[in-house]
Amino acid sequence: MTVAVACYLPASSGLYPDELLLDIYRRTRTVAMVGISPKWNRPSYFVMRYLQHKGFRVIPVNPRATDAPILGERVYPDLESVPDDVDVVDVFRRPDETPALARSAVAIGAKVLWMQLGIRNDETASIAGVGGLTVVQDRCMKIEYGRLSGELAWSGINTRIVSSRRRKLIA
Amino acid sequence: MSEPEPAPPFETDEPYGFETRAIHAGAQPDPSTGSRNVPIHQTTAYVFDDVDHAAALFNLQTFGYIYSRLTNPTVAALEERVAALEGGRAAVACASGHAAQLLTFFTLLEPGDDVVAARQLYGGSLTQLRHTFARLGWGAQFVDATDLDAFRAAIGPRTKALFVESLANPAGLVVDLERLATIAHDAGIPLVVDNTLATPYLCRPFEWGADLVVHSLTKFLSGHGTSMGGVVVESGRFDWTTGGRFPYLAGPDDAYHGLNFVETFGDFGFSMKARAVALRDLGPALSPANAFYILTGIESLPVRMDRHVANARTVAEFLAVHPKVSWVSYAGLPESPWHDLAARYLPRGPGAVFTFGLAGGYEAGVSLVEGVELWSHLANVGDTRSLILHPASTTHRQLTDGERQAAGAGPEVIRLSVGLETADDLIADLGRALDAA
Repeated sequence: MTVAVACYLPASSGLYPDELLLDIYRRTRTVAMVGISPKWNRPSYFVMRYLQHKGFRVIPVNPRATDAPILGERVYPDLESVPDDVDVVDVFRRPDETPALARSAVAIGAKVLWMQLGIRNDETASIAGVGGLTVVQDRCMKIEYGRLSGELAWSGINTRIVSSRRRKLIA
Repeated sequence: MSEPEPAPPFETDEPYGFETRAIHAGAQPDPSTGSRNVPIHQTTAYVFDDVDHAAALFNLQTFGYIYSRLTNPTVAALEERVAALEGGRAAVACASGHAAQLLTFFTLLEPGDDVVAARQLYGGSLTQLRHTFARLGWGAQFVDATDLDAFRAAIGPRTKALFVESLANPAGLVVDLERLATIAHDAGIPLVVDNTLATPYLCRPFEWGADLVVHSLTKFLSGHGTSMGGVVVESGRFDWTTGGRFPYLAGPDDAYHGLNFVETFGDFGFSMKARAVALRDLGPALSPANAFYILTGIESLPVRMDRHVANARTVAEFLAVHPKVSWVSYAGLPESPWHDLAARYLPRGPGAVFTFGLAGGYEAGVSLVEGVELWSHLANVGDTRSLILHPASTTHRQLTDGERQAAGAGPEVIRLSVGLETADDLIADLGRALDAA
């Protein structure tokens, strides 16, 4: 089943430099989202839909949801079945299930392993890191994009961004 | 000399200083025009890219603007700025301080629930809680703000919040925020603090454990007596899921097809709910023009507050030795019972709103407010102009004698909001009117 994870940015957000995250978004075309829920009111569905709107191809991966497409995309049972090149593996699974996903991410040649907010596993990070992947833990791909693009501030969220330069859109 | 006070338990980790945030937070130059100041987005609505985009916006699946009753770019800049000044996670601005309290309690309380509030609140808040909110089924119990055991004892199974003013209007009472936060958290409920009279420059309740802060932006934050506004700010630290006390926040919402706001939006779930339901459906939106005036006011908040405090201290010292004055309740005076708490929670000074008592009682009060020339006789605080009020005949008029006494607004009481004029002029004008009173 899909893990219920909150999608938010913790107050201590300094761990991953903004430039690192911006670089991930700029280089990414395809995201494989593991643990996606087919229910429209679940956090993972929100993230997939948002990333699609931002121009990313999102491929859903969930062995229990392969019978029908999600947001127009065919659902695959595992990462190894995905026929396309995957840049980012975005994980909505319990921390103890993530080491195996890290091995799969390495095997399919993904460039980034991203674990959603509330998901943290240093063994997983180590497997992916040794395999040459950039690793992000305990962050939401939607919220970080929204924060760095300025969109999060549209809802009155404190982005902690102070700058007198004209804001640049990420794309 | 007293021992140096320990630092607040929750230091802010904002990346820039207070003065920098007061000017820059929320106000990065516009990406399309390069406008350096925040534009006034005087528009009611925003175009959708297509039907799919519209659906994603209405489902809260993407960030964006729909209608200015919910969000507006100028208002959003103000929200982010106040959130940054308080060291909070997110904020929702609205039409007035009263509206901010409405949004807050609507999001926390079900009919039949209650709050435990300080008896020493702004008179308008007392009336709002005691009478108007009661018609919505929200109870309020009032206890002495200095009696921490009374707060603890009053918390019942359906109590959803403690509510206090950090620097209470009108008497300038200072509340022990850190200990109240502990009492609230022991009961699994948030501490809500009205920080209007202190402003985040003088006091930041989140650093002492508070969970929600409300403001009347109309006062010192706007600062010039031009614009009504309110805001509720969320710390992002309160756990809404434990104990099952807040199913409206941390459970499925039927109006959003079972969406769980705290699960989906995490540490800004309260703010999303307050906006997407309370602000949307109750309707007290802030106008973008007012948001612009308030943003402009906030830019000079630090320098204004330093001068407000200095002038208030000078006026309080003058009154403290005046023969027609029987007492002065200003926490900046050494004899004030709130002096030590003020040193801890408001180290830069206990604001510029306080009360004093006239030996001549009610008649002398009426005579004084009608006798001043420079001071403005009106019902507001936090203006550049110095303001004077006789609460018993105005703001606290609807209360009973007992309630007025309990709120620090007895018949002999005068409230001042000390402005930014030349201090000698303020003293001279008060002195003339006192001599004639």
